[in-house]
Amino acid sequence: MRSEPPRLRVDPIACTAHGLCAELLPERVRLDDWGYPIVDGAPLEPELVAHARRAAAACPTLALKLEAGAGARATTRSTR
Amino acid sequence: MSAAALPRLLAGADPHGGATLRAHLDRHGLAAPTEVDPKWLVAEVERAGLRGRGGAAFPTATKLAVVGHGRRRPVVVANGSEGEPASAKDATLLAQVPHLVLDGLALAVVATGAGSAHLCVAAGAPAARDALAAALAERAAAGRDAVAAELVAVPDGYVSGEESALVHLLNGGRAVPTAVPPRPFERGVGGRPTLIQNVETLAHVALIARHGADWHRAIGTPHDPGSALVTLRGAVARPGVREIALGTSLESLVAHGGGELARSRGVLLGGYFGTWLDPTEARRVTLDAESLRTRGASLGCGVVAVLPADACPVAETVRIVRWLAGESAGQCGPCVFGLAAIADALEQVADGRARGRGFGRGRRGDDPLARVRRWCGEVAGRGACRHPDGAVRLVASALKTFDADFEDHLRNGPCGACARPSSFPLPQFGGALEAAA
Repeated sequence: MRSEPPRLRVDPIACTAHGLCAELLPERVRLDDWGYPIVDGAPLEPELVAHARRAAAACPTLALKLEAGAGARATTRSTR
Repeated sequence: MSAAALPRLLAGADPHGGATLRAHLDRHGLAAPTEVDPKWLVAEVERAGLRGRGGAAFPTATKLAVVGHGRRRPVVVANGSEGEPASAKDATLLAQVPHLVLDGLALAVVATGAGSAHLCVAAGAPAARDALAAALAERAAAGRDAVAAELVAVPDGYVSGEESALVHLLNGGRAVPTAVPPRPFERGVGGRPTLIQNVETLAHVALIARHGADWHRAIGTPHDPGSALVTLRGAVARPGVREIALGTSLESLVAHGGGELARSRGVLLGGYFGTWLDPTEARRVTLDAESLRTRGASLGCGVVAVLPADACPVAETVRIVRWLAGESAGQCGPCVFGLAAIADALEQVADGRARGRGFGRGRRGDDPLARVRRWCGEVAGRGACRHPDGAVRLVASALKTFDADFEDHLRNGPCGACARPSSFPLPQFGGALEAAA
């Protein structure tokens, strides 16, 4: 069974509003009035996962994270 | 003790230095925490339907079970930091019946198999700290506890009692929230699974261990059983900490304190992260989760603040929001900049600087109230802790409950009541002392 794609998360303490994420992944990151990213917790579209990984790697404070989806647990359940 | 009788927690409360161990045992019986079966206790707390009384109302039995099932020996923390300036119930409980809380803490140690216990109390609550220090000495002399609790003073601050902030403090850091996950129950003090319970919650555990779940449920509602401590303040003749049966009508509580809802301007329920109710709504609710949820409210940390008829809800809200913005730990951008911007915009509405804006004049984005509503939606959920969420909840409920007042200030500037001093305590305004219940 295919696992669910990862989700975006921002570590709000680490983030200092460089804004690179919104340039590299405008499809899923927008900035608020003070330059801090707004992301939703929905699973990433498969075609955006590679872009999202690049954006996370480019974040100067490594505040942008990709978190594994619920896929791993779902796989365990389905094979029981 | 009769099941229907109140007070329960505050029975035998001694306002002069706290009830002694002897007085405590005479009243509540001799049950020693170390002789209680952990499995029975967790099951009984679950059957009692006890929920956390620090504000979040999380099921207590679930927390006890999760922390106790890890591989590493857990740590238990009693949270009596009470950062909410409008609340006095935890400090009162600790100062007057310290042994009931300490019994609850000892029972939490037994229930989880913890190896150490901490009791966090606000640095600004010396009466509570002195009563606890004396109580801990008595217990050590009597050999009552398997694990001696360590008393920890928590620096003042609205966010310093937040769970991850307490863990950070106990790990040698500053009392500011940290990024989660990991949550304290996974990895907390010393990297161990950590149970953090409000001190009132622990006092209830101490009574449930003695009298059982059925006794606990004999008052309250089926969904929200038992009693609760509330801090009544504002437009009442007799403010102070009361113990009520959950499900009590808000109107009768206020009347009991010598106030009248019909003659008030509204009620702020649950503290500065709470919800405003207009007088009509306030007269319809009972103080339990089910009834309050229908109004988008909750009892939170138990603050019931009655706004006087001659006060301005706009001015009161703006002062609280400005104070909350200043209480941000300063770590997360959306909280630091978002709350400050919301406070700025609301101040401009209240003092007339924003007069003439909105109402379709100019661009839509110029309407300061529309901007505040948008920011409230954007800021929620974007801090490491729930501080921004609580602050915007208060703002959103004020804009909803007092919509006409905000529009009136936007249109006409300050009202006659705006200059009235704050009805509720805000430390930086010097209100903490005048309004201490």
